[in-house]
Amino acid sequence: MGRITLDKVAKRFGDVEVIPPLDLTIEDGEFVVFVGPSGCGKSTLLRLIAGLEDVSAGQIRINGNDATMTPPAKRGLAMVFQSYALYPHMSVRKNIAFPLKMAGVDQATQDAKIEAAAKALNLTAYLDRRPGQLSGGQRQRVAIGRAIVREPDAFLFDEPLSNLDAALRVNMRLEISELHNTLKTTMIYVTHDQVEAMTMADKIVVLQAGNIEQVGSPLELYHKPRNAFVAGFIGSPKMNLVPGSTANDSSHTFGIRPEHLDISDSEGLWHGVVGVSEHLGSDTFLRVTVPGMEEHLTVRANGDIPLRHGDKVYLTPQADKVHRFDSKGLRIE
Amino acid sequence: MARAVTNNRKALNTAIAWAIGLLIFFPILWTILTSFKTEAQAISDPPVFLFFDWTLENYAVVQERSNYARFLWNSIIIAGGSTILGLIIAVPAAWSMAFVPSKRTKDILLWMLSTKMLPAVGVLYPIYLLFIELGLLDTRIGLVVVLMLINLPIIVWMLYTYFKEIPGEILEAARMDGASLKDEILYVLTPMAVPGIASTLLLNFILAWNEAFWTLNLTAAQAAPLTAFIASYSSPEGLFYAKLSAASTMAIAPILIMGWFSQKQLVRGLTFGAVK
Repeated sequence: MGRITLDKVAKRFGDVEVIPPLDLTIEDGEFVVFVGPSGCGKSTLLRLIAGLEDVSAGQIRINGNDATMTPPAKRGLAMVFQSYALYPHMSVRKNIAFPLKMAGVDQATQDAKIEAAAKALNLTAYLDRRPGQLSGGQRQRVAIGRAIVREPDAFLFDEPLSNLDAALRVNMRLEISELHNTLKTTMIYVTHDQVEAMTMADKIVVLQAGNIEQVGSPLELYHKPRNAFVAGFIGSPKMNLVPGSTANDSSHTFGIRPEHLDISDSEGLWHGVVGVSEHLGSDTFLRVTVPGMEEHLTVRANGDIPLRHGDKVYLTPQADKVHRFDSKGLRIE
Repeated sequence: MARAVTNNRKALNTAIAWAIGLLIFFPILWTILTSFKTEAQAISDPPVFLFFDWTLENYAVVQERSNYARFLWNSIIIAGGSTILGLIIAVPAAWSMAFVPSKRTKDILLWMLSTKMLPAVGVLYPIYLLFIELGLLDTRIGLVVVLMLINLPIIVWMLYTYFKEIPGEILEAARMDGASLKDEILYVLTPMAVPGIASTLLLNFILAWNEAFWTLNLTAAQAAPLTAFIASYSSPEGLFYAKLSAASTMAIAPILIMGWFSQKQLVRGLTFGAVK
């Protein structure tokens, strides 16, 4: 069981309100990702749930019980840190055993659990090494192993992949998703990388300046962003947002995703010139400058489109894929 | 050719390093050599370096004239006592400043360091009077307290720097793993801080062992440590260089040997945090 409820939870550091009162429910077994630009309060929110920071107001309930004042050790949560936070003076085995030792688990059970975790995480050969002798990916797996053996009600991940290189990051992303499929335990995952959020989450919580901008499934956020911020933050490359007047539209801000712009060499709504074209093989990203628009438009085209720098193109937004926002940035249906 | 240049450079660097090392070590070497000379050879002009009649006579005379063991024992008690007392006070102080800093933590650290800027002789008179008043003159306990106070800022600063190096996330991880404050200190913090505490202990012991101003001014016969033992050969009947050197050698030998065996620890401790 791992149902976590935040009820009007707020956090202030001195006079600075980092998180204004917010409500959030995380259901048992859900994979929830907190995503937002740096400084948006996502890590603070995670630390409040973990108990590493005290809330300034509000209530945190875990499985229905008030855990607001419960120390971190007693909340039944396990955390994986960005810096791995392994104990450098202990072997991998002892690192993984530490939470079991703290819980007073007997030696035979400890050994069995360590063996099982090591096997699942491909760490069996490294059990007697120190963290300093491991690669970044291996260290991260030890940190995950240390979290798994506790069989917590929920896992908390604080930007766990930020210190890894790109290839390893993709691998670990898959491993963590698989882990969630196997364990079916609640996971809360903090990241600033919207790709991680989109690929891993059951539910994404988009934060900005401590406020929850939107909560929803990845596709809900993609198709129906509640405001211009979410629209710009979710999706890669990001949505084109242009003033409504420029787009000959009644809305304040007019949004269209790069993949929802049709390209033609003869006719279309906007006429522009290709600036940079990025050929990725599977896709081509074009930066098109349209006279009268302050910012260029990003267009996602198929991989073998022969367009180059300086070519003239016509662009037409797909009518049913257009997003409109009012002067406050809120979505207009 | 490039390789030859590199090798020449290396040789030159090595030679310079040796020259500087020898220059620094020379006074100690000269003291040790002089301790094996006769008084006449010790002051001969031009000085003799290695080719003299090696003798142990000075050591015999020094041993006969004063009770080396008593001075040694006093040194051990005073240096050891002040170090341990200092650590007992400094560990919690540095701990709290590193892990639960307040707005004033930096000010306190600077203020502590500022006390080292005052020349010791500036407070000799008040401390001397205090010692008379409290009956601490020529007692080991008095010196333990004074030397502890003298070195406390350095101990706190060193420990503070070590503790600062321990990432807070590791302590948070321990907390998440179910460790109580006691477990956290016992299983995580202490093992990680031991190298830092050990090198602080070593350095402070050496500083206290070699401290001469307070030990000379506040002791007479009972509590006098090895610094007083050396000094006793320099004044009363004029200077006897060979015997003075023998006494100095005997006084610095224990700390020199200790320093030699713990140099790795010391260097690591003193450069801690400088290189990541």
